[in-house]
Amino acid sequence: MSQATIDADSKPDPLGVGADHPDYLRADSGLRSWLLTKDHKRIALMFYVGVILFLGLGGTFALVLRTELLTPEQTFIDASTYNQMFTLHGITMVWLFMIPAIPTVFGNFVLPIMLGAKDLAFPRINLASFYVYVLSAIILLGAMLAGGADTGWTFYVPYSTTSPTAVTWMGIGIFVNGISSIMTSVNFIVTTHTMRAKGLSWHRMPLFVWASYATSIIILFATPVLGMSLVLLALDHAFGLSLFNPRYGGDPVLFQHLFWFYSHPAVYIMILPSFGVISEVVCSFSHNQPASYRAIAYSSLGIAFIGFFTWGHHMFVAGLSEFDAGVFGALSMFVAIFSAIKVFTWVATLRGGSISFATPMLYFLWFLFLFVFGGMTGVAVATQSLDVHWHDTYFVVAHFHFIMVGGTLTSFLAAAHYWFPKMFGRLYDERVGLLTSVAVFIGFVFTFLPQFLLGNGGMPRRYFTYPERYQWLNVLSTGGAWLLGAGLLLALGNLLIALKWGKRAGPNPWGSRSFEWITASPPSKHNFEETPEIERSAYDYTLSEEVARERAKAR
Amino acid sequence: MSAQRLVEQFESLEKQDHAARLAMWMFLGSETLLFGALFAVYAYYRGMYPDEFVQALHHNSVALGTTNTVVLITSSFTVALGVHFIRENKARLTAGLFVVSTLFGAVFLVVKGIEYAHHIHENALPSGMYTFIDKPPAGVVLGYTLYWFMTALHGLHVIAGMIMLAVVAVLCLKGRYGAHRNVAVENVGLYWHLVDVVWIFLWPLFYLTD
Repeated sequence: MSQATIDADSKPDPLGVGADHPDYLRADSGLRSWLLTKDHKRIALMFYVGVILFLGLGGTFALVLRTELLTPEQTFIDASTYNQMFTLHGITMVWLFMIPAIPTVFGNFVLPIMLGAKDLAFPRINLASFYVYVLSAIILLGAMLAGGADTGWTFYVPYSTTSPTAVTWMGIGIFVNGISSIMTSVNFIVTTHTMRAKGLSWHRMPLFVWASYATSIIILFATPVLGMSLVLLALDHAFGLSLFNPRYGGDPVLFQHLFWFYSHPAVYIMILPSFGVISEVVCSFSHNQPASYRAIAYSSLGIAFIGFFTWGHHMFVAGLSEFDAGVFGALSMFVAIFSAIKVFTWVATLRGGSISFATPMLYFLWFLFLFVFGGMTGVAVATQSLDVHWHDTYFVVAHFHFIMVGGTLTSFLAAAHYWFPKMFGRLYDERVGLLTSVAVFIGFVFTFLPQFLLGNGGMPRRYFTYPERYQWLNVLSTGGAWLLGAGLLLALGNLLIALKWGKRAGPNPWGSRSFEWITASPPSKHNFEETPEIERSAYDYTLSEEVARERAKAR
Repeated sequence: MSAQRLVEQFESLEKQDHAARLAMWMFLGSETLLFGALFAVYAYYRGMYPDEFVQALHHNSVALGTTNTVVLITSSFTVALGVHFIRENKARLTAGLFVVSTLFGAVFLVVKGIEYAHHIHENALPSGMYTFIDKPPAGVVLGYTLYWFMTALHGLHVIAGMIMLAVVAVLCLKGRYGAHRNVAVENVGLYWHLVDVVWIFLWPLFYLTD
């Protein structure tokens, strides 16, 4: 199947730009050359290892949770361990996997190449961002060993300030993590502004760059607010700063406002890069230009903007006035309009295209289903009257796992397969890729679809035990979770095997027109010897391969 | 010399300097939101406890606060002069002006320290420092806490700015910067101005509105 889409070798420049230099993996050797590298591609790979480890850790926490919920009463862990598990699962997945995953791995790797640049604007800051991420991971892991946390990933006061667990260090770890995100996003914004190749105007850029840009803007302006509120929380937990403590006149709800002012945009921090990946995948595998480039590009910015004014929908039952809640609800539904624009544009892109069903394309279909389903339930929970019923039930858990995790995970996997030949110069096994993709999807749906029913039936989230009538749905969900875990492991195994035994990939195995594919696979250390000259958009599928290469001239 | 300074990923020095400047502005935008969160907390609680806040702010001396404002604005002026002179290639003068600005920063911290000592003496402390019996009314403690936390965070920024100013001053003396190479000088200047601007908001909120 993959053979059909591989470039014929008879084309001019069969090896891609920079093939006469050693590629970035072999340009230098030794541990030092990795740990002190300033090459964006190597830093991306170090991040890759990091986020996969934390996906594994967070996934393990999730499996412990789900296994515990197999039976209505205690199954194999006690109640306080259970509280720890769902908290640590949330913290690990949100801050150590989902937020950094796509920007730091694939953004770092392909964004400069897409712009025709040799590196990001500030390679040292990029490396520092990695080590700050590692530091935050060490602090968070240390906190997990030194008491963990049982507050839920949202750290709501007043409980979080009195919890006997290591809340202080969790807060500090997440603050440090935010510094790493901010460093990366400053780098992306400046790189996009200053390092575009000659002739690469904003409207010729790959859509992934637009998505990364919009994400970076959100990170830049939302992260400091979360950092501040978690510092206040940490100081409260450690020294009794009590800014949210009613004993000193404080208002616990204010913490929720500050927390969600960041954490709602954080949802878009997680999903916007996915939109970028999906836009690339759809165009490359349908060999067609996007039905509307501007619709996709600008709706990302629209989501980034509106996302700052929707946080109140997390607080419908926290004492917001009916009017405020109505406004927040309406603004939240606005996001659905932008999302719908994207979904329809992606689907319309398929029309008239020449579609090849490789693994990334299959992940696009899963993404579409999960995102639309999660998005529609999002509109439902943004409705006050319905939210009062569903608030704090499994319905909400299912909703945000569908949209955030479903969206991020499927597009992370799509990106992992799509850019695999570019990153490592090898092709993965397409058949195994397709099968693991199916396993991941079925596992995912079986995990979370029953949770919608559980929530609607009234099962609250974060409960250790439940009445027996909920058991069959919980068993389904747990079975799905194990299948999902197995699917992920197999997908990882497939890619790891391909690292060594995969067939050699040409520079452009998918026949894409995006600019990262004009370099050799894997790219040389400097990507390009001189800045390329770009005379076409990243989606000019009307041109033949030779002409397209001629109009994106590079050495 | 200027050719050496161009790092490989940039095409020209102008672009490279533009990138550095843009990055600084982005970072300052992020910093603004860091304080923005605290200003939001201040606005919320001040609206909730107008009288208690006034009572809390009575402990602050308008004279000392205003002195500090003058000190910081003057230091911003000397920094701006320094940035102006490096463009005319007068690195020694810039170094001198930056040293003066650093000293102004130190004066600011000393005055702030005197104020803090005073507050400790008057038992105007952030929450968490009280026993159950001597606790002042609820809103008053919030006023104290916000005062301590916001000015202390600003103080940390002053210290960070002073370190940067001092480092750039030393590098100026070593001849690192000149008419065509001054983006670092400019960026440190920008950072110091942010520190100043934050104080210009803190000053009315904590000294002038009781």
